[in-house]
Amino acid sequence: MRVLVTGASGLLGREVAALLVRRGHAVTTFQRRPSGVEGATDACGSLTDDAAVRRAVSGAEGVIHLAAKVSFAGRPAEFDEVNVEGTRRLLRAARDAGVRDLVFVSSPSVANSGAAIVGLGAVRADPARAHGDYSRTKAAAELLALAADGPGFRVAAVRPHIVWGPGDTQLVERVLDRAGRGRLPLLDAGAALIDTTYVDNAASAIAAALHRMEHVHGKAVVVSNGEPRPVGELLAGICAAGGVRPPSWSVPGRLARGAGWVVEKAWTRLGRQDEPPMTRFLAEQLSTAHWFDQRETRWLLDWTPAVSLDEGLARLAGHYRA
Amino acid sequence: MVAAGWPGVDPGWSREIEVASTSAADEPGTVRRWHLLDNGAQLSRRGLVPAGTLLCVHGNPTWSYLWRTLLAAGSDPSRPWRVVAVDQLDMGYSERTGTFRRLADRINDLGDLTDALGLDGPVVTVGHDWGGVISLGWAVAHPQQLAAVVLTNTAVHQPAGSPIPRPLRLALHPAVHRWGTTTSDTFLRVTHALARPPLTPEVRDAFMAPYRGAGRRAGVGNFVADIPVGPSHPSFPALDRVAEGVRGLKVPALVLWGPQDPIFSNRYLKDLTARLPHADVHRFEGAGHLLPEDRDIAAPVFAWLAGQGLPVGSGEDSAPGDDSAPAGDATSEPLGAGGPAGNAPLWAPLTDLAAGPAGGDTAVAEMAPDGSVSRALDWRELERDIAALAAGLQEAGVQHGSRVSLMVPPGVDLTVVLYACLRIGAVVVVADAGLGTRGLSRAVKGATPDFLIGIDKALAAASVLGWPGRRISVRDLPPGRRRLLAVETSLAALSRRGAGKPPPSQAPAPDAPAAVLFTSGSTGPAKGVLYTHRQLAAMRDTVAATLGIRPGARLVAGFAPFALLGPALGAVSVTPAMDVTAPRTLTARALADAAAAIDATVVFASPAALRNVLATRDSLDGAGQRALDGVELLLSAGAPVPEPLLAEVQRLLPRASLHTPYGMTEALPVTDISLEQIRAAEADAAGGTVAGAGNGVCVGLPVHGARVAVVPLAGDGTAPGDCPVTETGVTGEILVSAPHVKDAYDRLWLTQRESARTPGWHRTGDVGHFDAAGRLWVEGRLAHVVTAPGAVVTPVGAEQAIERLDDVGLAAVVGVGPAGTQAVVAVVETVPPARRAGPAAPHLARRVRDAARRAGISISAVLAVPAQPTDIRHNAKIDRTRLARWASSVLAGGRPGTP
Repeated sequence: MRVLVTGASGLLGREVAALLVRRGHAVTTFQRRPSGVEGATDACGSLTDDAAVRRAVSGAEGVIHLAAKVSFAGRPAEFDEVNVEGTRRLLRAARDAGVRDLVFVSSPSVANSGAAIVGLGAVRADPARAHGDYSRTKAAAELLALAADGPGFRVAAVRPHIVWGPGDTQLVERVLDRAGRGRLPLLDAGAALIDTTYVDNAASAIAAALHRMEHVHGKAVVVSNGEPRPVGELLAGICAAGGVRPPSWSVPGRLARGAGWVVEKAWTRLGRQDEPPMTRFLAEQLSTAHWFDQRETRWLLDWTPAVSLDEGLARLAGHYRA
Repeated sequence: MVAAGWPGVDPGWSREIEVASTSAADEPGTVRRWHLLDNGAQLSRRGLVPAGTLLCVHGNPTWSYLWRTLLAAGSDPSRPWRVVAVDQLDMGYSERTGTFRRLADRINDLGDLTDALGLDGPVVTVGHDWGGVISLGWAVAHPQQLAAVVLTNTAVHQPAGSPIPRPLRLALHPAVHRWGTTTSDTFLRVTHALARPPLTPEVRDAFMAPYRGAGRRAGVGNFVADIPVGPSHPSFPALDRVAEGVRGLKVPALVLWGPQDPIFSNRYLKDLTARLPHADVHRFEGAGHLLPEDRDIAAPVFAWLAGQGLPVGSGEDSAPGDDSAPAGDATSEPLGAGGPAGNAPLWAPLTDLAAGPAGGDTAVAEMAPDGSVSRALDWRELERDIAALAAGLQEAGVQHGSRVSLMVPPGVDLTVVLYACLRIGAVVVVADAGLGTRGLSRAVKGATPDFLIGIDKALAAASVLGWPGRRISVRDLPPGRRRLLAVETSLAALSRRGAGKPPPSQAPAPDAPAAVLFTSGSTGPAKGVLYTHRQLAAMRDTVAATLGIRPGARLVAGFAPFALLGPALGAVSVTPAMDVTAPRTLTARALADAAAAIDATVVFASPAALRNVLATRDSLDGAGQRALDGVELLLSAGAPVPEPLLAEVQRLLPRASLHTPYGMTEALPVTDISLEQIRAAEADAAGGTVAGAGNGVCVGLPVHGARVAVVPLAGDGTAPGDCPVTETGVTGEILVSAPHVKDAYDRLWLTQRESARTPGWHRTGDVGHFDAAGRLWVEGRLAHVVTAPGAVVTPVGAEQAIERLDDVGLAAVVGVGPAGTQAVVAVVETVPPARRAGPAAPHLARRVRDAARRAGISISAVLAVPAQPTDIRHNAKIDRTRLARWASSVLAGGRPGTP
């Protein structure tokens, strides 16, 4: 199959593109810089450039859309331009080009209002309740994408939950950096149960979606390892893999969430581009449960994660030893 | 049309009807306007033919709204019933007549109404509060139409000489009555406040709606004023006619009861069941006066009706007469009836021994703390004392069927009084201090004993906690103390009075009730379990045959349930010096002294007692050790006995065969296993040589006369099937069938129905499987099964694996999250104890997780606690429901706190 992968320069995008190449697909990647994925053809460009997008999709049968603006900092309008308008542009171009299937890679945060998630399935995305510009714009984009689903153009949304692995700058590097500087507390003793997704599993789930479109199109599915762990234990595992002392001090979750909110506002007011020491989003992630009912996901995708949490941590440790 | 947005009521049920009155309160020719909730018209519009009519009568100060759940359930097309819930005149939305209607009028009014409705039966009356009396009055007067009666928290009789309930006395007080019931809405508010849990504001408003304004509340006040407080009251004869008429009702009866009722307390339930001895009774623990609000009564009422063989209505899809199998027989089905156990009464060996050449040998003995025998009776003396006390008890009014609560510690006195009661045919109620004060109090009140025989401490508790029953002390008490404790007489006095009299000539029938024992209450409130004489005799025979205990055996009774069987087994029994309410107080010295006193061959002791015996073994001298060397059999039951504990006991009792039977209050015992067999089973599990060995506690093979099977678990963690199997490796709910299985749960009709829903079997609520050698492995409680994605996880196997870790004490595996996709959580007690409850340190979590994985279970989180919450009786059964609730909260991101 000829497949276009957008955002293949990121941790997950690169893994998806490489996996599809290994499986013998003709893979084109689309992002601002070359992807570095061996065996794939790079079509560099920006989602804000309509002509570049149209060039990239031409000839593709399937599209996997990972490209997005992710970072904490930035003006709201920038998130809208890339995440919402970029997706709209890609959807239109893909349909015009006769693409049959599109997998929109999303995030469980599109449906998360900050309350604990205890064994839920995929709840409908809600831009109004999602916290932060990233989640808000990804929610709007997912709604757009699923609304475009139809008989000749099948669209599914896959939401991997907290993707990590060797080379990850989002979670792993942040944890190690903060823990190394003694700036990573446990909230409420780190008891909150959270699930995560090892990067290989997220990639294989996304590839599975492309093959199971007849079952999954029109739907959003949350993907995870299905191995919830107390957040304190998870952080300790990551720190051990990275050779850093694990967090040992605990603060009440409610206090951290309040402090995070204040710090976030201050950073925005001051116009600082660096990452604040605590954000409300981070405090919520570290102090409330996030784990999902994976039964429907696994049935729809006919997929199970190949790499267990412990195996993933062992690979991470190998990465840092090397 | 008066229906106006009452929650739970279909406006189509509300109707009014003009009824010609023939009541004495009205002039001839008077027509009264009634309001009803009636689903009849709706059923016929939908083409449904009802099986019959439920005629529902509310009390004071409610109205037909009380019965809305019955109307909704009766409208179910698969089993339609017409439900007519009336508003009595001057009540609800019926006419305000300006008359004072007395009980006789109200019963007559109801007849006028049913005539006007043309109700021709079959009719099932349903009543609550004073509506119960009126519904029964109608029932007695309409035998042709009557098919069954259903009652909830009501009364038909005020015992002579005992005052009416205090709240009603207050409501009737001249200074209060008019203001409290009519001028203000106090009586309504107070009644509504009795709901447990509280009524929602919407429902409270609906109950209040027809009584807004003093003018609409005259009926409420008149109802209270019509309560027959004594024989001189104008309504007393009418009440008496109903009360006596009820005795003649032979139709099926169902009594649903909320025990937490300040008005209709358990003594009224007792009176009702005495008048309707065939009634099925269910007490809803924790519910109160407004039972139809407190609990779902619709499901049990219709389930009960379906089991009564009453005609069945025709729904759209089912042909008339398409009856479902009656399910109500299970309670009276004698399990294993006709066995040899049924023929000889429980005490036959005792009587034989007393009459034989060994009559002068010791039968029962009691040890003093100094190691001497403080009391002993030979077989002839025991037989004589039992006969004398039985005669004395009969003179004091204890008769066949009387319930006698025994609060006497094990020993000579208990043995005598227990067998005296059994000989009379009285039902002994045995509740122990292991239930805790609250649990014990609830159990005693629920069993409504006629007599309470106890030691001082028990009598004092009875006074303080208001336990029912005429009180009898063990020893003679000084007059002051007797008055204080309201004690009528003593066992000593009764024995003197009965001395020389022959024992009761007629033995009770084998299927007559003999005893009520109580479950430990570790899985909800303690339940009373009823045994017949036949079943107790079968229990004796099972113990004798399984363990080879024959007449002449000499046993140390450190564990009450089996110890009481001693005389029935023809075995000599001695009670060691210990605080029997705390098994942990049995010392090695006391055990050895007791064994030495009778050259014991058998020891009964609980696991907790054994632990203390081991802890105090250094105090044994040579003679003590020699006495223990003579023990051939040790029996320990009540909670699982771990192999290491038994191994240590074996060193203390080198010649004894050590057995730990598995069973429950409802079936004692079910299986049996010895230490050697435990070791063999563990080796089989470790070696993987026997299919199905492992994942649980091996409890051995079924005992003599018992059949054991399992009903396989479904993916949702329930055992919905009805087909018991014994295939290797199939995990399911454990079922047992044996002559010594309980007769029924006491006054828990719903619970009994559920436990006996597989005909011929008792559903234990435990989960387990068989191995290829036919041994049973127990995996936990059905209620504690965890439903992880794609796997039903039973807790015990993983718990055992985790408990083998050096620094872990008790472990519990529970589930958090939605059923079917639960995360599996291990909660462990650490050694030394954790300082506070919360997530386990990563290194401990890893080892616990590895241990569980070897048992085939993936654990999401490991929590450490300073101490597990356990039951009082055994100090071993973990309160998993509480633990799971706590774990859910902590792992969702709440503050840890303690479980």
